[in-house]
Amino acid sequence: MRRHVAQAGVLLAVAGLCAWILAPFAWLVISSVSTRIELTSVPLRWVPERPHFENYVWILTGGPGATSVHRSLQRSAVNSLTVAGGATIVSLVAGAMASYAFARLRFRGRDLALGGLLMTQLLPAVVIIVPMYAAVRALHLLDTQLALALADVAFILPLTTWVLTGYFVNIPRELEDAARVDGCTRAGALARVVLPLATPGIAATGIFAFIIAWNEFFSAFILSSTLRSKTMSVVIAEFSSKLGVDYAAMATAGVLTSLPPVILAIAFQRYIVQGLTAGAVKG
Amino acid sequence: MKRSWLDRQGSLAGVLVLPAALLVAAVLAYPIVRAVAMSLTGLVLSDPSSGTWVGLANYLRAFRDPEFRMALTRTLYFALATVPVETVLGLLIALLLNQRFPLRNVVRGLVLLPWALPYVVNGTMWKWIYDANYGVLNALLVQTGLAKDYQIWLGQPTTAFLAVVAANVWKETPVAVILLHAALQTIPSQLYEAAMVDGATVWRRFTAITLPMLRPVIAVTLAIKTVWAIKEFDLVYIMTRGGPANATNLLTYYTYLTTFKFLRFGYGSALAILLGIVAFVVAVIYVRTLGSQEVEA
Repeated sequence: MRRHVAQAGVLLAVAGLCAWILAPFAWLVISSVSTRIELTSVPLRWVPERPHFENYVWILTGGPGATSVHRSLQRSAVNSLTVAGGATIVSLVAGAMASYAFARLRFRGRDLALGGLLMTQLLPAVVIIVPMYAAVRALHLLDTQLALALADVAFILPLTTWVLTGYFVNIPRELEDAARVDGCTRAGALARVVLPLATPGIAATGIFAFIIAWNEFFSAFILSSTLRSKTMSVVIAEFSSKLGVDYAAMATAGVLTSLPPVILAIAFQRYIVQGLTAGAVKG
Repeated sequence: MKRSWLDRQGSLAGVLVLPAALLVAAVLAYPIVRAVAMSLTGLVLSDPSSGTWVGLANYLRAFRDPEFRMALTRTLYFALATVPVETVLGLLIALLLNQRFPLRNVVRGLVLLPWALPYVVNGTMWKWIYDANYGVLNALLVQTGLAKDYQIWLGQPTTAFLAVVAANVWKETPVAVILLHAALQTIPSQLYEAAMVDGATVWRRFTAITLPMLRPVIAVTLAIKTVWAIKEFDLVYIMTRGGPANATNLLTYYTYLTTFKFLRFGYGSALAILLGIVAFVVAVIYVRTLGSQEVEA
């Protein structure tokens, strides 16, 4: 009997937890398929009469009915993908190389550098954004995807290096030693033995890095003023003040921007948890 | 066997670390050094004759700047309102996820949703929920009879501050859940079994085993969360722009305004560096006083 009561309590708490997590996002999804009239009626109609997917179609494919709002969202999606993808690849390649050295090789300054990597996660982005803005302006790189990607690298590269060092440490050293006895050089053993074994870890770290880069707002917001480089986050931030009337379009943009990180996070749950616990980072 | 130059540990390490080192130097180290240098000048971007060396004047000025002090106090309140709630709630949810129930893995995945949501979408979503005229919170409260009229949640200082706090708690609690849940799973089950043999109650097992074992991770969680509270910008920018009546004007937002709205790059850099120092000191204090220096969860 007591066990049943306890089990019922657990289930009730789980239901409450799920409601708390899902309700706000569910409302965003419902808003995105409602009409403006339904959303602005008082008392509120909770569920639209029939779902309207027009905003999704307009943002994703354009077509008649699409406004400049929809077109700028479409353009910014390309920017988001390029910036986050570029930052992820650079952070992953440079990070994987460095982390192998941190995990396996002894060299001067190793411990200091590893400690420094963690310290960067304490650094507020606002500290480096002013000089970065000045430098980017001097180099005529304002409003470029390159500048935004490099700004992301500042915080993501230390993170990927830190997380990947953990993966490399866990690859048995004996495998490498065996390869070297067979005549491989250190670099050869790294390329032929260690890298293939580390691939799952590198892929997982890449997904983690991509989510953080995709969600980044502050530096993208400071470094871009036109649609040449504005990411989805930046465009949505503008709407929330400028076009605060078209709630359905705004909600649709929000849902679409959330889909890549949310789907990746839930699909690769286990790796995301590993990345978070190793890096304990916000981005 | 002749060894190539590249096969020596030091040289291989040098080659491997070089790209990362160059990138970090360009996008992190250089900006930090420049920020420090800039903070010692009176640079105002709109005034080409500015930029002379002023020593520590910007820092001294910050301590006399009433708006900066207000922002510091407000940020402290914000940290006090969010960090303990997120950590305690995170611990409770982590303990819950450690119980047996159907679809446990699905729920564990679901907890990642707020973490994965872009910050801007989170801010927009909550701003829409709190909307004074059409917001779902008002509709819910009025239709269930809990409130008589629609409230202007983001238009009054106290409710606006609490609204930002609630949005932050929703978004940031999952990270505490994940850190604490991972740590819970590393506690050897033999400890609990032995305690049960000794007849220890659930509460006693929690205070004598779970809490002490989690101490280092709780310290890290508190440290990270506090640093993030100090860094908070996105929610404030999207939801309230620091208002109403500066009620949500937190440190990072104030620094942003000083720098990019009023273009005082010198003073803004000094504020940013002070912010960094505050974050660093807080993190060190937490980890030193509460836990071992183990940083991994």
